[in-house]
Amino acid sequence: MDFFVQELVNGLTTGALYALVALGFSMVYGVLKLLNFAHGDLYMVGAFVGYFVIQWFGGPTGLAIPVPVLLVIMFVLAAALVGALGVAIERFAYRPLRDAPRIAPLITAIGISFFLENSVLLLFGGQTRVYNTPDFISLSSGISIGPLNIDTVQIMVLVLGAALMIGLQLLVNRTKLGKQMRAVSADREAAEMLGISVNLTIAATFFLGSALAGVAGVMAGLMFNQVTNLIGFIAGLKAFTAAVVGGIGSIPGAMLGGLLIGIAESFITGYISSTYTNLFVFAILIVVMLVRPSGLLGRAQLQKV
Amino acid sequence: MSVDPEPRPAAGPQVGVDEWVARQAHRREYLPGWRGDAQRAGDRIGWWPRLAVAGLAGAALPLFLGGFQLQVGINALLLALLALGLNVVVGWAGLLDLGYVAFFGFGAYGFALLSSAKLGSSGIHLPAQVSLPIVIAGAAILGLLVGLPSRRLIGDYLAIVTLFFGEAFLEFTNNVAPTTLGGPNGIVGIDPIQGFGVQILTNKGYFYLLLILLVLTMAVLKLLDASRTGRAWRAVREDPLAAAAMTIPVNRVKLMAFAFGAMIAALAGTVFAAQQVSVFPPDFNTAYLILIYAGLILGGAGSIAGAVLGGLVVVVILDGLLRSPTDAGYIFYGLILLTLVVKLRPWRKLGAVLAATIAFGFAAHAIAAAVSASVVAGGPQSTGWIASALRDWVIVPGNPEVPGNIGYVLLICLLIALVQLKGRWRTLLLVPTIYLAACVWEARLVVEPSITRQILIGAILIVMMNARPQGLLGTRRVEVV
Repeated sequence: MDFFVQELVNGLTTGALYALVALGFSMVYGVLKLLNFAHGDLYMVGAFVGYFVIQWFGGPTGLAIPVPVLLVIMFVLAAALVGALGVAIERFAYRPLRDAPRIAPLITAIGISFFLENSVLLLFGGQTRVYNTPDFISLSSGISIGPLNIDTVQIMVLVLGAALMIGLQLLVNRTKLGKQMRAVSADREAAEMLGISVNLTIAATFFLGSALAGVAGVMAGLMFNQVTNLIGFIAGLKAFTAAVVGGIGSIPGAMLGGLLIGIAESFITGYISSTYTNLFVFAILIVVMLVRPSGLLGRAQLQKV
Repeated sequence: MSVDPEPRPAAGPQVGVDEWVARQAHRREYLPGWRGDAQRAGDRIGWWPRLAVAGLAGAALPLFLGGFQLQVGINALLLALLALGLNVVVGWAGLLDLGYVAFFGFGAYGFALLSSAKLGSSGIHLPAQVSLPIVIAGAAILGLLVGLPSRRLIGDYLAIVTLFFGEAFLEFTNNVAPTTLGGPNGIVGIDPIQGFGVQILTNKGYFYLLLILLVLTMAVLKLLDASRTGRAWRAVREDPLAAAAMTIPVNRVKLMAFAFGAMIAALAGTVFAAQQVSVFPPDFNTAYLILIYAGLILGGAGSIAGAVLGGLVVVVILDGLLRSPTDAGYIFYGLILLTLVVKLRPWRKLGAVLAATIAFGFAAHAIAAAVSASVVAGGPQSTGWIASALRDWVIVPGNPEVPGNIGYVLLICLLIALVQLKGRWRTLLLVPTIYLAACVWEARLVVEPSITRQILIGAILIVMMNARPQGLLGTRRVEVV
């Protein structure tokens, strides 16, 4: 039972991470109907930004500033830089293809993903970069209820993840920008005719989605400690799965999907074997797609002619 | 009644023009005078004489190629064959198959199991005329199974399912069945291709085998393209709903495309396994998949000749990068020159840009050297006469890594700016961009040829999709509204 609860908590934290990546992915799909294969690599860039912030302020053992300030700088900088990168990618690679056949932006997205992965490899090398989180956030600080341990990083990931998701939900449902995003997602041409700046809305969506991926990247660095130029690929796949399981284009769906995938993964690793984790996630995806192609919370769309 | 001059076709996708009209329009675009006559004569030659000539030219190549070049030739033919198969799925049927490389792997592993000591006590050693049909039929069935989700899933979802299939294949060969499939150690000691008393043992033999297979596949695809099935594939690609209304069995047609692509990939896989004598899981990773895509997209999705040409060009260029810094330099500067010659008109402009670039470089180098000697202390990192010619032209600092990285980021920004600008400003910006590209190349890229290779593959996909989605040889897709 203890093991079960512990695995559940671990699954929830990883799930929160996947959910953040899946959110951006799902938002982009909502407005552009584009599977942004480069999204996972934005997450990777975020993790690298966090790593270099730690190094900039003296490395994990000799930090020149208090840890909370460091964390704030890491998250804000990663969100801003990765968000800007996302906007740039949209502006220069996807926008010219907005009216091209569906397959063209997809192939471009694969190209961008590969390009980013290898550019980071060229710039920062192939060695694994280590955050060394335990050196500045003690593993023993945190909550211990009997045998159950939740360390500070996990608490932070859960709280921040929940806050961002609630914030995003409010933004999409309550603000003018959110309304524009929903309008563009529903029908881009009609939205344009009603005076909504489609370009601006899509750019804003890319910024938000990419910024979330950047934040998730820093979280992943803090939690898993290791950063390479290849972490984006698998994380991207998991996020795709999460978004599709939850119902692509649906924001609560992406959150639910992320949490479900995280928990499922944690239980499979804990109870069955870590070798098969990815295959099981794949199986979940196939089953959901065959049984309910629109996802758990998605609505089946009628194809317009 | 006066005849108006033919209006120039507008740039961008033409709207509301169907394939037949587009072909007619192409026919009217012949050049004037004898060049037009030559074009017309060229168009009148049927496809099979052209294919035969190309095949014979390919057959003459091994006479001139050395060991490494022959291996590059084999890799190139292999990728061309794979691009052909992918062309069926992506180019004709319009299904984004991101698990394609797994079928290649399936063919390789299937052949490896059937012709090595891996299975059973003494192993299975089937002749090729038995094992090849088994492997190819197996791949077709697997293709049908993987394609099944496409019955319910439109475009994007299919991409994810197939991407996962590719990953699952890697995971499976790596972890799940280590005893039968060798895990990370792969399968070694695979028999050469043997059948009807013939055994292919040399690289030259595999080159000819691949060439024959490639030419045969091209011929089959050419016939298929003009057949009922070929037309059905294109109809489904353009508009599945309309195709269904025309009584085309959309699902069956999609599955057929999948199975057909898988069969070609498996065929390539068997030759690959036999030629390499061993197979390992990383041979079939996503990077290779993206290489196949780069070949197809470069040549032109939807065009047989394009797929083959793209596959050949991509391998020859990218593998040439790995050979030696001198060869890599030829390729790099050659490509820049070629692009300029093709893209810059008139000749005066081309000459001006080249002269300005050279002058700019010497000026920049002189200024930098005057400011600080250490800024130019590095010198070109490549070798050969190009490097010595560039010694006083490019700026390469003593420790080139960090400045080279900064230059790389700056170069990407410049390239983006170049795309955004128009007219005179673009020509002006071209000069520092080329110069910076040369500096970054000499400082950083030439030292990391394998990473440069990967970056170029990604760049090919992005640039081609944005600048020329029909590829080098493809015909422009006509958007029907």
